[in-house]
Amino acid sequence: MLRYLARKLFIYLLTFIVAVTIDWAIPRFMPGNPVDALVSRIAMMPDANAALTSYFMAAFNLDQPLWQQYFNFWKALFNGDLGRSIMLFPTPVTTLIGRALPYTLGLLLPSILLSWYVGNMVGALAARRKILDNTVLPLGYLLTATPYMWLGILLAWLLGSVLGWFPLAFGYDQALKAEWTWRFFGSLVFHWVLPFASLFLVALGGWAIGMRNMIIYELESDYANYLQALGAPARLVRKYAFRNAMLPQITGLALQLGAVVGGALATEIVFSYPGLGWLVLSGIQNQDYFVIQGVFLFIIVGVLLANLIVDIVYVVVDPRTRVGLQGDAA
Amino acid sequence: MTSTDSAAPAAAGKTHGNEFLYFASRNTKLVIGTVVFVLFLLAAIFGPMLAAYQPMTFDAPPGLPPSAEHWFGTTLFGQDVFSQFVHGLRSSFIVGALGGITAAAIGMFVGFFAGYRGGLVDEVLNMLTNVVLVIPTFAVLLVVAAYLSVRGLGTEALFIGLTSWPWAARAIRAQTFSLTSRDFVDMARLNGEGTFRIIFGQIAPNMSSYLVMTFILLFGGAILTAAMLDFIGLGPTDGISLGLMMNYSVMNAALQLGMWWWFVPPGLAITGIVGSLYVMNVGLDEVFNPKLRAL
Repeated sequence: MLRYLARKLFIYLLTFIVAVTIDWAIPRFMPGNPVDALVSRIAMMPDANAALTSYFMAAFNLDQPLWQQYFNFWKALFNGDLGRSIMLFPTPVTTLIGRALPYTLGLLLPSILLSWYVGNMVGALAARRKILDNTVLPLGYLLTATPYMWLGILLAWLLGSVLGWFPLAFGYDQALKAEWTWRFFGSLVFHWVLPFASLFLVALGGWAIGMRNMIIYELESDYANYLQALGAPARLVRKYAFRNAMLPQITGLALQLGAVVGGALATEIVFSYPGLGWLVLSGIQNQDYFVIQGVFLFIIVGVLLANLIVDIVYVVVDPRTRVGLQGDAA
Repeated sequence: MTSTDSAAPAAAGKTHGNEFLYFASRNTKLVIGTVVFVLFLLAAIFGPMLAAYQPMTFDAPPGLPPSAEHWFGTTLFGQDVFSQFVHGLRSSFIVGALGGITAAAIGMFVGFFAGYRGGLVDEVLNMLTNVVLVIPTFAVLLVVAAYLSVRGLGTEALFIGLTSWPWAARAIRAQTFSLTSRDFVDMARLNGEGTFRIIFGQIAPNMSSYLVMTFILLFGGAILTAAMLDFIGLGPTDGISLGLMMNYSVMNAALQLGMWWWFVPPGLAITGIVGSLYVMNVGLDEVFNPKLRAL
């Protein structure tokens, strides 16, 4: 078990180092020298000039050798310094991310967990049941093929614009002040429904299909045939098939995280939802590179942590990993 | 269990290619998927010739609903939506093909060599695969695209291909592993054939159906990723795409104005193309794998 987790941890650590290196290297080795563009942008902001120049000296230190620059980058990172936003100068990037993060997490966590749970249930029910299968399967493929933002757009248009049931944009009613009252909380939930629903639905299709296929595969295996030959009730056989089919779905959860995060960013943009996606969009529109880079690092760290949690869950669920047999192929 | 079993003997005497066509033409999923895909492909190839207007010029009255003059209506700025749509379709197919080919090439290279060579080569390649697999590639694309001041379809496809290969490499590696221990591979090795010849002469042909299906999924994945990138505002800077159409419509309040003709076609096309690819894939799986046919 320890060997299994240690191996995974090593990969995550390596991934983190690679990601930080990418984050460091891209602005420096990209054609067109974005650093020059940044410096010239700052030159137009007299009040920001002094403060930002000092940051550049610390972060970029272009006159120093490359290894020294790389080292400085890591040092700033461990001090929690991701630079300052240019569009909202002088707010530190970490503050902006901290403000947006709760919204993104509030969308992501429920939609990932719920779609995974409901999708698995629906898929398990549909497998080998003609009528249900014939509706779940095409619908599932349709949903997985839908771009996240398009389902969001459709929901916003039908339920928001045409029917007027839900608000079209923002994280809460802009007339309200952000404080912990019931009215504010209600508005928060009200604005959350549509972006959540679009993320939930797109992810749901993939899980349902995956579970359905796994159950069919498991029902064909020797142990299922043996149980059936012994005269075990179909419910019991299905129960065992479900427990075995669960394992690849748990691994799949870790693999899908990156895609779902991307989907969440796009969905937030549809609804002008004040999460990380919205932050990235305004970062792109204002060429605020530090914001984009900061969000990038946060997503990496978040996805790696989530992967680690999935691995620990996997160890709990699959006894083979505990006794040293390699349960997972990786 | 009924129709396929009785049909099998009839096809058994024919050559391999005919047998494939025989089962392929009788698989509804494959037929439906292929028809939808080909329809969109034809629209992408011939649509731009049919379009009476340029995609990016502002020469029509703004905000018109669909009519005989403008089949898909016009945008808020007076651009012809149909013309944007067919040009966008073309970009989607180009990105899907280029991105899919790039990813398939890397995935095959890594998968074949890791699976066939084993040992240290496998360890290193597997580590690389796992690292790229865990990185949220969309976030990487975000940073790379943000720093590129000029972006074309080609670079977009290339970067999508460079980040989307790991699962394919993993799957191909597993398949290669199981084939490497077969007798015919041992024979080839005894004959003194080189690694390249064994991989592409013995192993690859024996998993060709698997490779085709992998490519189809990579193709669809590339189209979806590109649409998402374009929508966030990191699409090609020198043209139109389906994702960009959605971006423009949302950014310019098409939702509030109820201009559904602006944002429904591009999303519908992406869903249609990617969905048809997925359904095709299931159909192909059933055609290639006799075990699945009975289902």
